[in-house]
Order: sequence, then C-alpha cells, then structure tokens
Amino acid sequence: MTEATLPAPVAAPAVDRERLTAIGFVLPSFLIIAGVFALPLVLLLGVSYVDANGLSFANYKRLLGTPYYLWVIWNSLRLGLLTTLIAFLISYPAAFALARARGPLRSLLLATLFLPLAASVIVKAFAWTILLRSDGIVNETLIALGIIEDPIRMIFTETALIVGAVNIFLPFMILPIYAIVAQLDPRYAEAAATLGASPVVTFFRVILPLTLPGIIAGVALVFSLSVSAYVVPTLLIGEKYPTLATTIAKAYLLAREPGFGAAAGVVLLAIAIAVVALSARLSREPK
Amino acid sequence: MIRAAIIVCWVMAIGLALFLIAPLLVIAAASFSPTPVFDLPLTGASTRWYGKIGRLDGFWPSLLLSLEIALLSTAISLVCGTLAAIAIARGKLPGAGIFATALVSPLMMPGLVLGIALLQGFRAIGFTAPWATLLVAHLVITLPYVARTMISGLARFDFTLIEAARTLGCTYPGSVLRVMVPALAPSFLIAGIFSFLASFDNYPVSIFLADVRTKTLPIRMLQYIEEAPDPTLAALSTLILAGTVILLFVSDRAVGLHRMAGTSD
Repeated sequence: MTEATLPAPVAAPAVDRERLTAIGFVLPSFLIIAGVFALPLVLLLGVSYVDANGLSFANYKRLLGTPYYLWVIWNSLRLGLLTTLIAFLISYPAAFALARARGPLRSLLLATLFLPLAASVIVKAFAWTILLRSDGIVNETLIALGIIEDPIRMIFTETALIVGAVNIFLPFMILPIYAIVAQLDPRYAEAAATLGASPVVTFFRVILPLTLPGIIAGVALVFSLSVSAYVVPTLLIGEKYPTLATTIAKAYLLAREPGFGAAAGVVLLAIAIAVVALSARLSREPK
Repeated sequence: MIRAAIIVCWVMAIGLALFLIAPLLVIAAASFSPTPVFDLPLTGASTRWYGKIGRLDGFWPSLLLSLEIALLSTAISLVCGTLAAIAIARGKLPGAGIFATALVSPLMMPGLVLGIALLQGFRAIGFTAPWATLLVAHLVITLPYVARTMISGLARFDFTLIEAARTLGCTYPGSVLRVMVPALAPSFLIAGIFSFLASFDNYPVSIFLADVRTKTLPIRMLQYIEEAPDPTLAALSTLILAGTVILLFVSDRAVGLHRMAGTSD
C-alpha cells in the first residue's frame, strides 16, 4: 500500500480524537484550578477595592499609608528574609555532607529531613513553646553549661520566632540544594584544580554557579513560605509581632473587615508572585 | 583548607539533623510527663495523658472530619491529577507546559490568601455548607502535590512500552494494567502520602471555612494549645507522629526514601 491510498478521512479524526482525549483527561483538574483557585483570587482582587462606601482605594491607602501597617509589612518581610538567610547558611554546607554520606548514615540523615517535613507545623511550633520556656530544656542546658546564670526569657521573643521558623522551613531549603549537589560531577572541581585554580576560586567560579539552581529554588520556596507563615508567629511571638498573615486572619475572623483583609492578602500575594517570577527569571538566565 | 571546609559541612549536617529532630523528640518525651507542666520523664514516666486524648473537647468529630476530608480529597486528586499528568506527558495536549505550571501553582501561593479567597468566592455563590466547602477547598491543596509528583514520574515513563506490550499480545487495558501501573506505582504512593498529609495538616485554608461545629483537627489543636496546653496535646501529637513514622517506614520499604528526595525538588 502506498501513502496515496491511505484513507485520509480516517487518519485525520484519529489525531483529533487523541487531542480530544487529552483535553478530556486534563479537564477535571483544569476546572478545579480555574474554579476553586484562579477565579476566587480574581474575586479577592475585586473585594480589596471595596470598603463601607463602595469602590475605593481606601483599603490600600490604609495599608500602605499608615506607619503601623508599613511596620506590619516590614515584619513579614523581616521574618521571611532572616529565616531564608539562616536556613541557607545552615543548609548549603550540610547539603555537601549529605551528598557524600553513604549507607545507613545517609538513610538516617534523610529520615531526619523527611520526618519533620511530614510532621504538622502546629505540633512543631508547640514543641518549641515547650523547649523555649523559662524552665524549658534550652534554658536549663545553658545554665548547666554555665553560659548563663538565670533563665532568659525566650518564648514570645523574636529569637523564638526565628528559631522556630528556621526549624520548620529548613527541609524546604536543603532538599532542592541537596538534589543539585548530589548530581554534581566531581570532575569539574578536579578539572579546575588541574588547571591551577585555588580551592577558593574553584568554589566561587565552579561549584557555586553549578549549584545555583538549587539555591534559587530553596531560597524562593523558604522565603515564600516564611513570609506568609501564620501558625509560627501566632504561637511563638503573638500579638507584639503582627505580620500580614496575622493581619489578614484578624480582619476576617475578628474585625469583619473583608475589604481590608483582602487588600492585605493581595499585598502578600504580590510578594509571593514577585518571588516566583524573580526565581524563574534567575534560573533561566544563561551563566 | 579543604579539610576545614569538609569538617564544617559535616558539623552543619549533624547539627541540622539534631536541630530538626529536637522538637519531635521533645514532644514525645513531654507526652510521658509525670506532672501537668511538661516535665521530662526523668523521675518517672506516666502514660495517663494518652488516656485523656479521647476526652478532649470535640476531639473525635474533628479527627473524623480531618480523616474524611483528607482521604476523599486525596482520592479525587489522585484520579484527576493522574489523568491530567498523562495528558501532559503524552504531548498530544496543546499548551501542555502552561497546564503543568497552572496545576502546581497553588503550591507557591500563601495558604491564608487562598483561604480568604475561597471564603469570598463560596459566599458569593451561596455555597456555605462547611463540610462540602472544606472538601472542595482541599482539592486545591492536594491536587498540586499529585500533579507535581505524577508529571515528574510520567516524564520518565516510556509510552512506547504500552505499544510494545500490545504488539506482544496484550489487550489495551491489560497492557496499561501490567506495564503502566507497576511503573507508576511508586509515584502514585508518594503523591498520595504527600497530598494526604498536606490536607490532614492544613490550617490556613480550613480556618476560614470551618464553623463552630465543623472544625478540623489542626484547628482544634491550635485552639487547645492557645487555651490550656497540657501533656495530653503532646500525647496526641506523639500519636500523629508515630502514625507518620509508620507511613514513611512502609513507603521507604516500598519505594525508598531517596526517591522521595528526587521528586520533591
């Protein structure tokens, strides 16, 4: 049979049918994302322009024009930045050790990453409230070691907040970095050394650029999680460190100011989208 | 100098492991506290707090609700997400890349913002029954986990294997069942576990949809902690942790934890 005798009218619908099947397969998920995710977010954007007098920019003026709420936004950013920085400084070197670990040690280290990841944020934050109490383990250990004489107040301080946030979001930093470091070909570093590069130069010119995609993924993930954290600040520092997240919850659950809460939500969403867009751009850029 | 750097790496890794595991050990230890003030059981352990879990105010309805929502939303998401991932991986779908990005995008969004957006949206259409709104909302929480894991799992699957099985005499359903299902079973298991845990633990979305009588377990737990924390909560947390350990252990036996590391990037 030659190509010319192939029954063309049958072949064309076959392609169409495959395409239709594919669309049918993706349709339920598409409807969920469009109807229960995209559409409500658009509606939220609309609600953020509504206040008691109808449509206005009043909610945004209040949020971006009062020193108190600018401080609230700064608190969120500060929590995100400090958590991300500390988590990175711990995770980056640790990822190299993890990538070199073999056998039972590797399984053990990976288990310590996955187990907390699977444990509830509420449970972990609760554990830190026990650990950091003035008669808690951290204080008693420091006293026993002679580092301090009297218990120091740790719970409901910024230190408690940052320690708890780093602890809870750390796995999201080390896992993407580890995934890249584990695939790193040691011959690159060897080649650099053969060509006369010092270890410092090798690190900054070879290893750091090669692991950058993992760093970008981890930083973006930890920042967007910690900047919008709600349970952690609520349990570990409370009222005196209001963030965008706690402001949103208060506006909806206590104050009944949906317009204002929506505006705060839109600002938080804008921060999250900016982080995602920036990280996508950075990881696309040629080296 | 390289030696010093290697030592720093190992110190950080071991420090990190201890730091990550510390709160879990403390919770477990405090659950055996002999007194109501979270003493560590250095002088004597007590298991009485475990007996008090069931008597926590509203505990059983909340546990049941969380299990129902987590199991149902995971089941629905596994079906929808896997179908979508197949369509995306086969490459017959126009704009597959955009669909893939859209399906995982809720993962990067602040949960609280999704919560208030859904509250507004459901109110706008008069859909206010708490149980049903929780289930629908949790589809958006679980679907991205399934989509992400199944898309990366299917990217490694060679669809010509199905054709090969058919050439060798398998029927189409038979070849899907005997070739595709075993190859994708690990991804399916991982997707199911992560999506179940994401739903079971969710607080920031559920809090806006729950009402006085319909509260999920995380909402209940945060309420207990804020009102009157006692070792009963540590006991409850320890039981949840133990359940998770068993789940992880079984899945490690089945598929290997290092594979989970590979799919969570």
